[in-house]
Amino acid sequence: MEYLIGIQGPDFVLVAADSVAASSIIKMKDDHDKMFKLSDNILLLCVGEAGDTVQFAEYIQKNVQLYKMRNGYELSPTAAANFTRKNLADYLRSRTPYHVNLLLAGYDQADGPALFYMDHLSALAKAPFAAHGYGAFLTLSILDRYYKPGGWTGEQDASLLSILNKRFILNLPSFNVRAIDKEGVHDLEKVFKHAYLRSRGDFRY
Amino acid sequence: MALEDFCSFRNNPHLWTPASLLPPLQNPASSTPGIPKHNHSGRRRSELSNKDDGPPLHLSLPPASAARCLMPTVRRPFPLTHGTTTLGFVFQGGVIAAADTRASAGGLVACPEVHKIIPVHSHLVVTSSGSGADCVLWARALEREIRLYRLRHGRVLSVRGTAKLLAFMLHPFKGTDVCVALTLCGWDQGPNGGPRDGVDQGSAGSSGDATATEALIRIEGTSPAPGHVTQSPVSEQSGLSSSSSSSSSSSSSSSPYSISSTSSTAREGPKVIYVCSDGARLQGELFSVGSGSPYAYGILDGGLRWTLSREEAFSLAREAVFRATHRDAYSGNNVDLVYITEKGWSRRDREDLKEEYYTRKEEIGKIVEERCRKTD
Repeated sequence: MEYLIGIQGPDFVLVAADSVAASSIIKMKDDHDKMFKLSDNILLLCVGEAGDTVQFAEYIQKNVQLYKMRNGYELSPTAAANFTRKNLADYLRSRTPYHVNLLLAGYDQADGPALFYMDHLSALAKAPFAAHGYGAFLTLSILDRYYKPGGWTGEQDASLLSILNKRFILNLPSFNVRAIDKEGVHDLEKVFKHAYLRSRGDFRY
Repeated sequence: MALEDFCSFRNNPHLWTPASLLPPLQNPASSTPGIPKHNHSGRRRSELSNKDDGPPLHLSLPPASAARCLMPTVRRPFPLTHGTTTLGFVFQGGVIAAADTRASAGGLVACPEVHKIIPVHSHLVVTSSGSGADCVLWARALEREIRLYRLRHGRVLSVRGTAKLLAFMLHPFKGTDVCVALTLCGWDQGPNGGPRDGVDQGSAGSSGDATATEALIRIEGTSPAPGHVTQSPVSEQSGLSSSSSSSSSSSSSSSPYSISSTSSTAREGPKVIYVCSDGARLQGELFSVGSGSPYAYGILDGGLRWTLSREEAFSLAREAVFRATHRDAYSGNNVDLVYITEKGWSRRDREDLKEEYYTRKEEIGKIVEERCRKTD
């Protein structure tokens, strides 16, 4: 049901998440933000079991901020990803594992853009592009076909979302899209199917 | 005192944790070699927990495994269901919380006159759904914690803070049979306001006058005001709505329901937050919970606007609960309606939906008769 995608460009990382928070068949919220800002240059996208996502993501977020307070400098994306993986792995074989799937995206001044894929078994992989959810089955092949290292300029973003609209049985009408580059995190225009109606104060759509 | 006993205040005045309800072998103060003492660990007790300095630092989650393995599942005497229809939404005049009043146990109506909208303090109510016993317990536990927070800090916790506190309180019981889905409906006071006794503020503009120091020094009675039916004079209501709409329009560029949802991040104003025992915590403009909620959503999604007047909002909420109780077997009897404004919450009289149903049926019968007479 939930969908995350991340694509690494030459000097940026583009990430998107659907914005539906559902409870069985009902959409409780359709403007829910699944991205957590770990620092000025790092975003954590988190989906999975209802309470676990926010608990785990906020825990990682606060610890990354604590590291900066204690040491005076921030964790790099690689270090943050490994810290997250370690925590997920530690809880995996306890009686209370966190069932969450994550994407961690960041820009390091020294190493450039980085995207990390992490799943609920705490497998960690640095990847040029990655996706979570059923939508991944549909979009990864497009990325395989068109992605060239250093060559993703963002023109094919529309085709990724349109394939979901066309082929995915579940309706994902809205996404949060952000880009991280050396200046930090930027909110890109939120992709809403009926944005103009919502702007009239009518939130049926 | 009942509340003292409930807090187990005499035994452990400085400790609060759900683990204090467990048998004493789980006393975390004793050193157990297996438990590592990380300051930043999420689920292990912080080393600082022995200090008696007020708010529980060990809100960072006692070992959740304790709750799950030590409490054996008790066989249920009868099937519990989650039959209810509750809803809460914000609009320009404040927050509306509405609920039915039926408690069902399997196919039996265990009680037709339950109060599902429970006040926590003068500006916050909680609508409950899920298991009735759990809801009453957790609402009371939340009330206790909010009262303690107010006594310790001299100000009332914001609605978002209350929701986070509640989610953390429920977290150790995730995976057990605790089933609560609460919607916190409240109004966040700005820095100049403060929680007040009673809702009968004569002067509409008093919020600006009360200073922060006054709020701190005044030891307020913490029991929330008894609700009463008010039909505020029109001038007061229009004053209220214009002030709230002006504050909301200043905080957001387009409508208060705009995409960036600045109204939800605003410090002051109406808030509706959904918290459930799964751990979900969602802030939004409209929530409906329970077995009758899909039916209620149908009515609410069609009619809800920010610009509703107060009477329109009341009738929308009543209509939604009425239609849900009509279709859902596990919701029914009466509808309770509470509205929360800057001045606090107040309750409308409980309305019997059976009467409503028959009145409407009569009216429709009359219309049909008219039509038949005309066509004849």
